Amino acid sequence: MTRQDVVITGIGLVTALGEGPDAHWDALSAGTSPVVDNTTYAPWPVHPLPPLTLDRQIPKKGDQRQMEPWQRLGTYAAGLAIDDADARALVDDMHLIVAAGGGERDLALDEQVNAELAEANDGARLNELLATGLRPTLFLAQLSNLLAGNISIVHGVTGSSRTFMGEESAAADALRIAHARLAEGRGGIALVGGAMTAQRWDLLLLYRGEDGLWQGPHKPLSERERPGMVLGGMAGFLVLETAEHARARGARILARLDAVASNAARRAAPGEAAASAQSLLSQVAPGGVDAVISGATGAPAAWKEEESFLQGVGAPVRRPGSLIGHGVEGAFPAHVGLAALALHRGGFFAPMDPADAPMDPEDAPSRILVTGFGQWRGEALATVSRAEF
Amino acid sequence: MRDHLGRPLVAVTGIGAVTSLGFGVAESWSRLLAGQSGIRRITRFPTDHLRTTIAGCVDLPEERGQPFTSPIRVEHMAAFVIEEAITEAGIGARGRFPGPLFLGMPPVEVEWPARFDLARKGHDPSYPGMTATAAGRHDIYETFLYGGIGERLAARFGTRGAPISLTTACATGASAIQLGLEAIQRGECDACIALGADGSVHAEALIRFSLLSALSTRNDTPEKASRPFEKSRDGFVMAEGAAALILEDYDAAKARGATIIGLVSGAGERADNFHRTRSNPDGRAIVGAMRNALADAGLEPGQISYVNGHGTGTPENDKMENFGMRAVFGDNAPPISSNKSMIGHTLSAAGALEAAFSLLAIRDGRLPPTINHDEPDPNITLDVVPNVARDATVRHVLSNSFGFGGQNVCLVLSAEPT
Repeated sequence: MTRQDVVITGIGLVTALGEGPDAHWDALSAGTSPVVDNTTYAPWPVHPLPPLTLDRQIPKKGDQRQMEPWQRLGTYAAGLAIDDADARALVDDMHLIVAAGGGERDLALDEQVNAELAEANDGARLNELLATGLRPTLFLAQLSNLLAGNISIVHGVTGSSRTFMGEESAAADALRIAHARLAEGRGGIALVGGAMTAQRWDLLLLYRGEDGLWQGPHKPLSERERPGMVLGGMAGFLVLETAEHARARGARILARLDAVASNAARRAAPGEAAASAQSLLSQVAPGGVDAVISGATGAPAAWKEEESFLQGVGAPVRRPGSLIGHGVEGAFPAHVGLAALALHRGGFFAPMDPADAPMDPEDAPSRILVTGFGQWRGEALATVSRAEF
Repeated sequence: MRDHLGRPLVAVTGIGAVTSLGFGVAESWSRLLAGQSGIRRITRFPTDHLRTTIAGCVDLPEERGQPFTSPIRVEHMAAFVIEEAITEAGIGARGRFPGPLFLGMPPVEVEWPARFDLARKGHDPSYPGMTATAAGRHDIYETFLYGGIGERLAARFGTRGAPISLTTACATGASAIQLGLEAIQRGECDACIALGADGSVHAEALIRFSLLSALSTRNDTPEKASRPFEKSRDGFVMAEGAAALILEDYDAAKARGATIIGLVSGAGERADNFHRTRSNPDGRAIVGAMRNALADAGLEPGQISYVNGHGTGTPENDKMENFGMRAVFGDNAPPISSNKSMIGHTLSAAGALEAAFSLLAIRDGRLPPTINHDEPDPNITLDVVPNVARDATVRHVLSNSFGFGGQNVCLVLSAEPT
């Protein structure tokens, strides 16, 4: 089977820094400060989403009402990517893989039920409170696969639809499978990505259990005395095409997605995750890389493993987590989008963290490594190259 | 051997299953062929104030009256069916499966027992209070993390690479098999585990589906409640279960002397953009998924001997499935039956269980029935194998899965080439 080149022709990016390629290039190439909310969820800081003009990507109010913020964010960013690729006319046969967590719960209802029943063990009363309290639309807004469903409904993407779950790994594998399917000739164009909203107590509650959240006012990753995650609202969607498909329609090619590889070490002993990533490096970057965009989450064990791995890569590193926080399912595709953006603009980003080494602005990378060390499990690498077409 | 597109053939060499009819393939299959129902009154939790009080529950012996949360139930059922499938396939050393894991499963989230526990311990029912109290609760984190079940199964069975957990609503099990099929076709692996598992019967889930008016409320006669393709059908019955398939490169399986149960010879999908819970009245997406599956398998409609239908028993689904069948097969539609009439709608597991039963129909030359077929619906014009199993020569089966959110996947299961 002839392997086809796969290229990135559209980026849909939303972070606390704003939306779209220009906002991110301008802020991140010049150097910027993080947008942080230190107080609402204190002692856990979060990077809030920027205000979104939802009507631009989700024109029907009825569709907006069927979703909660997480699905709206993802559906919005997916639309940005389709527009960026100028691919509105191609959605019928566009394949879709989404990395998803779950939608928001009704927190007020949860707290009300908790207040009445935490001590009571009264299943019948729980049923009564839920049967009268739950809204019908909320279920659909919570379902993981309904982010993809809404992307199909709002944007008309109907080639196929798959949703992967499993935090950071889900996003890396969504990109890996989308890349592999295009490379082997299963379709010509695909949309892949993920989204996460950080302004959610239900997610903070879950991640808190591992003691992996940074507490206290925001600091860059490398200056957190005990490493920890700061969640950042984020969506990253990418339009991928075979090079042939993109050329045939005269599409603007941002970069080539060379390779994506993933693994899951058991992480039973120190060094396992670093070794796992090291084993992937030869698959995705046999000729080395010029720069690295790190997916560092800040989670303590993964942080040490990645820092040890990065020392062996020997290329300048940028750590977006220090500026935009950790976006879980949104992080890997957002970071690959940032890599494509830099390659297309012919430059690189200013340091994002005090540990990031400065680079000569003239020294534009032509191949960038994107890393993903899951907060709990999963190692993933992708390489993105300057398009020479 | 290669298929019509030059891809390696993909064999099934092991099957594991658990349903409300029993633990293991043999018990589930024999009771399906006998036309028995696994739908019963729910006893796991109080059902006061619920509109639907019946389901196809799989109560695990190890629960001992302390009901598991949904992810733990899914993990236990998944482990059971993987173990059964690996044992049948006789592949790999213990705890060292030579390929990746594709796990179709329901979304998970922190459940009530954990919230109540945190609220009690911290004497604070609020989210900030619970979050503060959650410090050090690795149990909550690892149980309800989306990647948790897949990681534990991968560790237990020693599968290779990152496990992939996925959901396409009611098509999830079929999507898992499709991902495994593609991985072998593209030469990523010689073998993999593809499974679907669901254990979501709890009060909140029942209420959610009830709010969508999706569930049967025929609570007085549980075994009669799931009535796919029948005139008085009034919704689906939620159920639990799991099925795993061991997929292998056909040549590799033959070379190691494995018994071939059948082939996964094609898969097709098509997403719908009409509505969150209904398919487009033009049937384009479900017809497209069926046709794509046939084309992927290199088959003409006339070569399909039997269709294992999605057949949920909702008024809408069965009408649309009948429409789609006529569009694809015309006047000569093959018989179609719904396993859900007996085991209910196992949601994320349904596509995998129904693929498993399709393979057994091929192996044994028996079509499982659609039970509870008392009064035909004049709008359903298909042969639904009413009430009683039937002998048939079965070479190729089309297995349909149509999901909420418009995610439609069809598989073609075939007999070993002669």
